[in-house]
Amino acid sequence: MAKITLENLAHSYSANPSGESDYALKELNHDWVDGEAYALLGSSGCGKSTLLNLISGLLHPSQGRILFDDKDVTMAPTTQRNIAQVFQFPVVYDTMTVRDNLAFPLRNRGADPNYIKDRVQQIAAMIGMEATLDRKARGLTADAKQKISLGRGMVREDVNALLFDEPLTVIDPHMKWELRTQLKSLHHEFGHTMIYVTHDQTEALTFADKVVVMYDGRVVQMGTPQQLFETPEHTFVGYFIGSPGMNVLAAEVSGNMAMISGTQIPLGQQYGTPAGKVEVGVRPEFTLLRSGDEGLPVTIKRVEDVGRHKIVRTDFQGTEINIIVAEGENIAPDMNRVVFDTAGVNVYSDSWRVAPQGV
Amino acid sequence: MNKTVNQKAWFLILPVLLLVAFSAVIPLMTVVNYSVQDTFGNNMFFWAGLEWFETMMASERMWDALGRQIAFSTIILLIEIPLGVFVALNMPKKGFWASLCLVLMSLPLLIPWNVVGTIWQVFGRVDIGLLGYTLNAIGIDYNYTQDFYAAWITVIVMDVWHWTSLVALLAYAGLQSIPDAYYQAAKIDQASRISVFRFIELPKIMGVLMIAILLRFMDSFMIYTEPFVVTGGGPGNSTTFLSIDLVKMALGQFDLGPAAAFSIMYYLVILLVSYVFYTVMTNLDKRDGH
Repeated sequence: MAKITLENLAHSYSANPSGESDYALKELNHDWVDGEAYALLGSSGCGKSTLLNLISGLLHPSQGRILFDDKDVTMAPTTQRNIAQVFQFPVVYDTMTVRDNLAFPLRNRGADPNYIKDRVQQIAAMIGMEATLDRKARGLTADAKQKISLGRGMVREDVNALLFDEPLTVIDPHMKWELRTQLKSLHHEFGHTMIYVTHDQTEALTFADKVVVMYDGRVVQMGTPQQLFETPEHTFVGYFIGSPGMNVLAAEVSGNMAMISGTQIPLGQQYGTPAGKVEVGVRPEFTLLRSGDEGLPVTIKRVEDVGRHKIVRTDFQGTEINIIVAEGENIAPDMNRVVFDTAGVNVYSDSWRVAPQGV
Repeated sequence: MNKTVNQKAWFLILPVLLLVAFSAVIPLMTVVNYSVQDTFGNNMFFWAGLEWFETMMASERMWDALGRQIAFSTIILLIEIPLGVFVALNMPKKGFWASLCLVLMSLPLLIPWNVVGTIWQVFGRVDIGLLGYTLNAIGIDYNYTQDFYAAWITVIVMDVWHWTSLVALLAYAGLQSIPDAYYQAAKIDQASRISVFRFIELPKIMGVLMIAILLRFMDSFMIYTEPFVVTGGGPGNSTTFLSIDLVKMALGQFDLGPAAAFSIMYYLVILLVSYVFYTVMTNLDKRDGH
């Protein structure tokens, strides 16, 4: 177990990167606190896996340093870093039995045979594969193989960190939930530093203490699920987290008022006059549907009842605005105005959040 | 689905039947024909039954040739398979050097058999051959026309030179198809280089390797041209393999009956071994499939 520090870390897959766009991972400074569970969230191709492979040593960075507990391991090979990593697609040793697969990382480290036996039994119980321990790994189903991969990742107790690269992609939904719970309890039990890469927000938010959101090779925000929900630092975080994502509207902001296509909207707080491309972002949870003359005029396109609440999809001059309405609430035909609850309004300049003044 | 009964449909397989008859059955039957008859010349044949087979089974000459043949095939398989895999493991994975390696390695495969024989026949000659002359100049007594070991070594080295590329190319193709994730997982699991080969690479290339072994076994078991050009089966009978012996018997001595019986037995051995390989290979596939 170790604290992992990334210093000015950046990576490019081309040998001679000419501009910023050549970097799959843009310059990054970050501490992964020992014993915390992180989720690394972002859409495909945003650099999540690159970051993970840099930490495990499968890739070496174009610049910057990686420290494990203040020891420089930037150029150390994977085998010396004592990291466990589980990949998106199952990797098993076909000719070995399930038992040997699980024991393999321990045997490579020369662990005591009795310890290996107990530990393998323990892990097998955790992944629910005690019955198949003596079968050859060849010929098992994809999700059984992935469970073996997970088990192999968890079998060493002394690893510096456990890295998961979208490990549950091939697992069926019920098992997914169960394994995620297992991973969480494993984390509570042993306190490993865990980094869990995913593009599924539910997975990220339920698994991790801290969620790191990446966009276009950059970490755009790190925070608790609540912080990500309430104050998205970047419009991408707003879009990406939440179902549906945040409503973002182009606006002119001055002081505590925003002008959105000719309609004045109160913001609740002072923002001055932000420069650049200014946008107002409000989550559907803080967006209210009203009748009368106040607010933005919209046309309702459809209403989706998702059980716990209703999602109203509306159109505001070509931009979609989504509104979450409580299950019991009535939607009248004359409700064609949208207003915002000022508690949930954020202002963005060039996609980055502008902090309100005097707070 | 209901199928209508129409016996005339049998005529539809007639073209294939004719084709196979002319390409395989009829030529084979002439051999079978010779193997059960005897002649005193003038194209007069009479029935001999299984006599030739019995003669051949008791023939020391045939057993010797078979022994040499098995020894030859075993030795070249033992050298070419591991060497080919070793070469494949050390070839560049991509880029210009990978392409260059592939081209250079396929060159021996493109040379006609008798040319390969000629190359080595000249190369190994004591008077003008680079290899033979040099070896003798530095004091090694090497003469493949007189010495048993020199002849065997020459024939084996020639075969290794000619065919290791085939094994290497097949193994290389097998290695290329292993996803990177396997190597990454092995690094994560802190596996040694030997473990990586034993538990990842070898199982993954087993399929192509079986094909390589089968091809090299069949080809080496039927080898004729190259040793015939280099040593002519000598010195003495020391490099007289089955094919060479068969040709001597059939065309040299014109012993059609024994030669035909010999051919059929030869054919059955190859068929048997190929069948065993086929069974093993399909079983490997089945294990993979589940």
